[in-house]
Amino acid sequence: MSKSIVAGQEAIRIKKPDARVEAAARRRGRQRRERVIKGGLFFAALISVAATVTIIAVLLSESIGFFRTVPLTDFFTDTLWTPLFADPHYGILPLLAGTLVTSGVGLLVAIPLGTVAAIYLSEFSSSRLREVMKPVLELLGAVPTVVYGYFALVVVTPSLQLLWPDLPGFNMLGPGIVIGIMIMPFVISLSEDAMRAVPMVLREGSYAMGATRLQTAWRVVVPAATSGIVAAYVLGISRAVGETMVVAIAAGQNPNLTWNPLEPAATITAYIVQVALGDLPHGSIGYQSIFAAGLVLAVMTFAFNILGHIMRKRFREVY
Amino acid sequence: MSAQSSPHPHASIARRKIAEALFKVLGLCSLAIAVGTLVLLFGALLFEGITRIDWQFLMSYPSRHAAQAGILSAWVGSTLIMLVTAVVGIPLGVAAAIYLEEYARKTWMTELIEVTVTNLAGVPSIIYGLLALGLFVYIMGLGESILVAGLTLALLTLPVVIVTTREAIRAIPVEIREAAYALGATKWQTLTHHVLPYSVAGILTGIILALSRAIGETAPLVTIGALTFIAFLPPAPVTTHPPYLSFDWLLSPFTVMPIQMFGWVSRPGEDFIGNAAAAGVLLVGMTLTMNGVAIYLRYRMRKQVSW
Repeated sequence: MSKSIVAGQEAIRIKKPDARVEAAARRRGRQRRERVIKGGLFFAALISVAATVTIIAVLLSESIGFFRTVPLTDFFTDTLWTPLFADPHYGILPLLAGTLVTSGVGLLVAIPLGTVAAIYLSEFSSSRLREVMKPVLELLGAVPTVVYGYFALVVVTPSLQLLWPDLPGFNMLGPGIVIGIMIMPFVISLSEDAMRAVPMVLREGSYAMGATRLQTAWRVVVPAATSGIVAAYVLGISRAVGETMVVAIAAGQNPNLTWNPLEPAATITAYIVQVALGDLPHGSIGYQSIFAAGLVLAVMTFAFNILGHIMRKRFREVY
Repeated sequence: MSAQSSPHPHASIARRKIAEALFKVLGLCSLAIAVGTLVLLFGALLFEGITRIDWQFLMSYPSRHAAQAGILSAWVGSTLIMLVTAVVGIPLGVAAAIYLEEYARKTWMTELIEVTVTNLAGVPSIIYGLLALGLFVYIMGLGESILVAGLTLALLTLPVVIVTTREAIRAIPVEIREAAYALGATKWQTLTHHVLPYSVAGILTGIILALSRAIGETAPLVTIGALTFIAFLPPAPVTTHPPYLSFDWLLSPFTVMPIQMFGWVSRPGEDFIGNAAAAGVLLVGMTLTMNGVAIYLRYRMRKQVSW
């Protein structure tokens, strides 16, 4: 803008405006403005890189103090996690077990139901039903997680207690099932995308050989879309592992090294919430312990995310 | 293969038809479980909570007595935090999307940005909370405030805004851009005069989805010290004396609706379950409405525009 004013003043001074000079000045001004805009947009795009780097940096720097006090061998082999007790133990295994059991239950729900539903939507359903179901699934995925936590505690667990009367009020089974239903829309949508990317000619070839829809879906479409479907599972695992509010509300608060989903146990995420609700001073070992726990969680989810991303890219490139 | 070796091809066909019918039932059942859960969830919330929702509930502070407790400080907090999130997150997200879609060449830097966006979309929200606790609260010294909560949720929703904005921009055919260039428009002119106005509905969809996610987030706000018991409101943003605008509210402590609900759910005893359900009804109502609007916008867009 300032450039064009300068060009105008110049024009007044020499009385006779030189159109070529003026146009060149305007062009230069425009080019500079374009460069500035491009730079600004690039800076905005860099925020995502900066955020990722900062997440890693904060988690590492805050947990360094923790790992100075706690040797890595204790961290990975001790079977007790009691950082806030008089006799502190810092074994991540109980929290890790809680996380794995709740996510495991979730996946046992989400993977079979999600895969069957995705195959149905992609290969069997009328386009009318699909048009209705996709937004409904989207709504299911949009419900706030704290509401799912309420649902697990107030509806699912009491219903399960009808089957197992001695199931405690806090347990890993109920929240696990709810996590499964929560990630189901996500698994369905990603694996349906993968199946719909399989070219029609493969299906037509299969039908021409006399195969039924189910045979075509199961032996042609699913194998062709495998990497996309597995990517959906992997990204689903990452969600399940990082799920916080459902387990913080309904799975219990005490670290408990068990593989039995009928028992209560705290997960990594539930522990972070529990400590954050209290008021621990900055720099104390309890404060640092949530960053160490967060680091373990971040490493797990980063690995799953990147693996899923690579697999998704691969299925896109095949056709 | 089994059909060839079988002495009765009709039997094989019948068997396959049965299998097919069974699978259809199975598929419908899985979808029914999903829909059923949504219905059951909303039904359970309404059943427990609807009687608690009234003017008094909306206009009261939290209280030790379940019947007098309300969500005034929570919905005011949610509104102010959404304001910060929108003001910070939307421009950044849209700008990043424009860069990635229109400017970026295929370099390692672009690849890196793309990978980090995908990764950020999958990072558990509680990790954002730890980031905010370490960075905003302690290193930058912003305290456990509305500003920090808004910034955290802006970061959290950034990938959603970026991904949906990119899709919206990508849907504009390249001929539109070429026509603008042919008339001598610069890239930025092409973008602001043509590409962005045409894709505004799609971008709006993304923004609504992002805010609807942010409004329901609980975990990252727990770690940055959201309180469940706040019996006052942040300082008003508008004052009666010059300069009439005040930003003191940015540094005020806060609570939000999902945190309030979490506080009530995790209280022992039955008294507060009704309050939790009532907060849940409002929360689910709000997110479902926002998502419904987004879905409708997208549906209309697909119907109307044919390039």
